[in-house]
Amino acid sequence: MSEPIVTFQDVHKSFGDVKVLKGIDLEVKPAEKIAIIGPSGSGKTTIIRMLMTLEEPTAGDIIVDGNNLWKMEKNGKTVDANDKHLRAIRGDIGMVFQHFNLFPHMTILENCMTAIIHVKGENKEKAKKHSIEMLEKVGLGDKLDNYPSQLSGGQKQRVAMARALVMRPKVMLFDEVTSALDPELVGEVLEVIRGIAKDGEMAMILVTHEMDFALDVADKVLFLDEGVIAEQGSASQVIEHSKNERLQSFLKRFRS
Amino acid sequence: MNNWNWDTFFEAFPLVLEGIWITIGLTVACYLFALLFGFVWTFLRRIPIKPINWLVTWVMEFIRSTPPLVQLFFIFYAWPMVPVVGFAMDPFTSAVLGLGLHFSTYIGEVYRSGIDAVDKGQWEASTALNFSTRQKWTKIIIPQAIPPTIPMLGNYLIIMFKEVPLASTIGVVGILQMANNYGAQNWAYLEPLTIVAILFLILSYPSAILIKKLEVKMNTRFDKKAVVNSSSSKGAV
Repeated sequence: MSEPIVTFQDVHKSFGDVKVLKGIDLEVKPAEKIAIIGPSGSGKTTIIRMLMTLEEPTAGDIIVDGNNLWKMEKNGKTVDANDKHLRAIRGDIGMVFQHFNLFPHMTILENCMTAIIHVKGENKEKAKKHSIEMLEKVGLGDKLDNYPSQLSGGQKQRVAMARALVMRPKVMLFDEVTSALDPELVGEVLEVIRGIAKDGEMAMILVTHEMDFALDVADKVLFLDEGVIAEQGSASQVIEHSKNERLQSFLKRFRS
Repeated sequence: MNNWNWDTFFEAFPLVLEGIWITIGLTVACYLFALLFGFVWTFLRRIPIKPINWLVTWVMEFIRSTPPLVQLFFIFYAWPMVPVVGFAMDPFTSAVLGLGLHFSTYIGEVYRSGIDAVDKGQWEASTALNFSTRQKWTKIIIPQAIPPTIPMLGNYLIIMFKEVPLASTIGVVGILQMANNYGAQNWAYLEPLTIVAILFLILSYPSAILIKKLEVKMNTRFDKKAVVNSSSSKGAV
């Protein structure tokens, strides 16, 4: 078995007095696809937001490729990570958001290129070539010079995926990426994710409400309930054969 | 009392007009000072240390709540008498400092509103792409925050232009002071002051219209680009 690329060790998170996560332990192996399901407010999104360094855990450790994400050594003491430390590790992780968060003042191509040029220091020609390839892969090769405001939600989300993919992260996070889409646009976005999942050595963590999709793509499904992982296992174990009552009633709402 | 006299008008006109460069120059200098110093306020207010934040907010409120005329008088007449730190400045510099500082507090608020209006998802996406703090500001946030504030910034230019005659009280000789001087020498105020009013109107009104147009343009700026782009790409196909 290969070493995990991401490990959560007893991770807790509170917002004020509200305890959102109460001890999360999790291992993600390279190339593993994990789906996190659960009722809204159960803390699904918070898990991946902490991994993306958008929220700081209240307690516990998150290890990325052998490095403690939120802590660092300084003069032999363990202290809170500074921005430099976070930046060094964060490059392994990419994220696609529910609301796309494309840069409205840049064209589709610029959206994809900007970070590889300014963060990874790739030269402009190469960056452009890679971005165009990636945009063609998600089926938007003909929209390079358009602005995000001209695209449909599904197209925007595909651009957001190309923008994250072109950075070549080792772990890619998907935060309810189809929740803000019109129903008829969900299919095209899931199709792209399926494609990425198939050809990728990249690990993926998907927070999703698409049960059939989770069943299809994920190696492992976690059911998160009231801040703890209440059930985990292969997709068919969790979604089709679980005895957990809360999971059953949660699933029933999606199946009806 | 004499009535309107065209001879007086034409005699006074070139004299009053001489002051226009001082008026415009002072406006531009004050405005640039306010634009730059506005950034300083915006930066200071973002320092996440409570006492500093409180102090900066209070100083800004103080500057905004006292009349610009009082501030001008203080800087020109009183500041040189302040022990240790005080020193005298010429009228023009005093006016730039006084009016510029006063309006910088408003400009700083304009910047802040622009920055606050940028969706927090933009910050998160730029973190996810691993931009440095500096790159986040220069590549993502400022390019989105500033354009929508341009009409507001333009409005402040016009407002400042109309406040600049205050500087005549400390001896900056713009068009108002020129007209006043002419009036005092010839005991004819009607024509020169009418000229002043006309000059202000000629400069402010078209600027106001320009800013209105700019506002419309800014509100539709991404749609505009969109139209240009889609038509050009169609042409290419």
